[in-house]
Amino acid sequence: MSTTLVLKGGDVVDQAGRRRADVVVVDGMIAAVGPDLDAPTGAQVLDAAGCLVSPGLVDLHTHLREPGKEEAETVETGSRAAALGGFTAVLAMPNTTPAIDSAAMVREVIELGRRASLCDVYVSGAITVGRGGERLAPLAEMAALGVRFFTDDGNGVQDTRLMRRALEYASGLGVTLAQHCEDDALCAGGVMHEGEWSSRLGLAGQPSEAEELMVLRDLALSRLTGARVHFQHLSTRRSVALVREARAAGLPVSCEATPHHFTLTHAECASYDPVFKVNPPLRTDADVAAVKVGLGDGTIDAIATDHAPHAPHTKELPFDQAPPGMLGLETALALALTELTLPVEEVLALLSWRPAMVGGMAERHGGPVTPGRAANLAVVDPAHEWVVDPNALASKARNTPYAGRRLRGRVRHTVFGGVAVVVDAEAQR
Amino acid sequence: MSRHLRSIEELGVDGIRTLLDLAGHMAEVNRRSIPKVPALRGKTVVSLFFEDSTRTRLSFETAAKRLSADVMTFSASSSSANKGESLRDTVETLDAMGIDAVVVRHKSSGVPWQIARWTDASIVNAGDGWHAHPTQALLDCYTIRDRLPGRRFDDLHVAIVGDVKHSRVARSDVAALRALGARVTVVAPPTLLPPSLDGWGVEVSHDLDAVVGARGSDALDVAYVLRMQLERQEQALVPTLREYTSCFGLTPERAARLPDHALVMHPGPMNRGVEIAPEVADSPRSVVTAQVANGVAVRMAVLYWLLGSGADLAKEAE
Repeated sequence: MSTTLVLKGGDVVDQAGRRRADVVVVDGMIAAVGPDLDAPTGAQVLDAAGCLVSPGLVDLHTHLREPGKEEAETVETGSRAAALGGFTAVLAMPNTTPAIDSAAMVREVIELGRRASLCDVYVSGAITVGRGGERLAPLAEMAALGVRFFTDDGNGVQDTRLMRRALEYASGLGVTLAQHCEDDALCAGGVMHEGEWSSRLGLAGQPSEAEELMVLRDLALSRLTGARVHFQHLSTRRSVALVREARAAGLPVSCEATPHHFTLTHAECASYDPVFKVNPPLRTDADVAAVKVGLGDGTIDAIATDHAPHAPHTKELPFDQAPPGMLGLETALALALTELTLPVEEVLALLSWRPAMVGGMAERHGGPVTPGRAANLAVVDPAHEWVVDPNALASKARNTPYAGRRLRGRVRHTVFGGVAVVVDAEAQR
Repeated sequence: MSRHLRSIEELGVDGIRTLLDLAGHMAEVNRRSIPKVPALRGKTVVSLFFEDSTRTRLSFETAAKRLSADVMTFSASSSSANKGESLRDTVETLDAMGIDAVVVRHKSSGVPWQIARWTDASIVNAGDGWHAHPTQALLDCYTIRDRLPGRRFDDLHVAIVGDVKHSRVARSDVAALRALGARVTVVAPPTLLPPSLDGWGVEVSHDLDAVVGARGSDALDVAYVLRMQLERQEQALVPTLREYTSCFGLTPERAARLPDHALVMHPGPMNRGVEIAPEVADSPRSVVTAQVANGVAVRMAVLYWLLGSGADLAKEAE
């Protein structure tokens, strides 16, 4: 029995531009795109009037917490949050317990994603065994299962020689290594950005230079090995400048930035509310401005959420003891539409087709919205205003730093694999 | 909304002056043959100390008792905190018992702000991490005003010597002294200063000899010596304690070069022979014991200001 879905009355936006078009989806694939298409009898019709019909969003940086911290999030609850946020693909980070550092762990998380079936859960593998930074994880065995992205996220690989070997080895597999850039020795004990506010608040600081040192080192290693490097959650003015310069010089590098690093600064920590503790830390106004410029001028490839759920009883600790991380999946698009002064097409590029390219997911995600492509779509109402209510989020955890914030832009429907998994901002599964 | 005393910045300059004046009345109470008034009868004050500090805890408890408040003591070493109870559960449990003020000491900066979300009681910060120790700053200002009579704060020069970076006392003293208009110079090796002093309004020196020997408009009125934590030498912040003492210790030779009227202060407990020489600690210009005595009066003032009826203290005292 074939299933048909029609998205009616919206503007299609993808890498080819923006045009008035309806979209007909049959059996999981886009069947027709054009103005004023007739809905076949028996088709499910979703109203898209006043909305943008975009390729589904792609998050290169999601912590789904399963296995190990199911109290904070599961693959299912995280996938639901993703779908509500307009994402049809997420890249699960490997810092679970145990870490995703083996074929068996990769299989398990892929299977959990299939069962939830709310978005495609791609899995990133750890670069080193147990993310311990000492021995290479079996990258080829994980790559054989489709893993295209490896990272020790949460930790940077500190050992320069090991990172060189990892890059060389990865280049033979055609996979990408991604780095959480942080020099541990320089950051030791730091719990927020080092500067005026950490000094005043009596909290140990993480200097910007701790991130920049590792960016600089990995640019050197990319030059040395010719291997591709992806920089995760860049947060400082000079990190952005370093990557801009490296790209101009032709190095095969890419990078991402999070919504919180273009919307919040270290001044938020004055409340001592651990909801503002995150790694890399919230930084200065100048850093926020530089991240915005990098998003606008093409230096930064992707907006990635770094969605990092924590159960209330584990997050509500004294600031220095609380784990870093904030929710992001359900607010990312609205924050980008509200806070960036970019045309909506560019915002969607940063949230969909560019991350799909970087993450090796372009076959199924990131458009274009043309017949024959998999029907992974987000229908976005760019004018809808709403106020963030932590208790209304689908994520299991509540640690959003945006409680009470008024945002513009909402995901109205999400179509994953031809199925409307979100209709009128309500999850259908 | 309950009133709190969590930082000097929240208190503001008018609040500082109010509390210093109130502390003067409390000092008068403390000089009576029976140093006790019924001002806070029926009020319950909890001292919630997650970090050992017998002297500060006893000072607060003495203050509360002299105002006739009921005092409950929670000490982390013998309590539910040792059994893994969360900070939030501890505070909510105390709150359920019906309390009026929580005097909290914690090794983590910011805890007084966090627990204020979980109780309606007034919060008194008895020291949070490296961040703030407002009653220490108030008793220090009270002691300076008492021991340098006739001098105005905006005419004073105070040097704060030592580990400013890790010191809640230094942060609160700087805030209070600057609010009152005093000139403040912090004296330390760069490793023991915070990464940024933006907005602090202090001068910086790495040369204690020059600071103690200054004369004329730069002459010191107070040399405030901070406690040097012994573990700092393990963190490569100073090469050795011996070198620290030779460069930044208040030795008898350096103390002798201070102006005659200048006070020597220390928040205690002292590492005699490290940041301050025993002869200096025991010299007539040292007001360390007066600081402790004034601490009780200042903490009485704070508790009365937070929990009192607002009626005239003299009437309350009858």
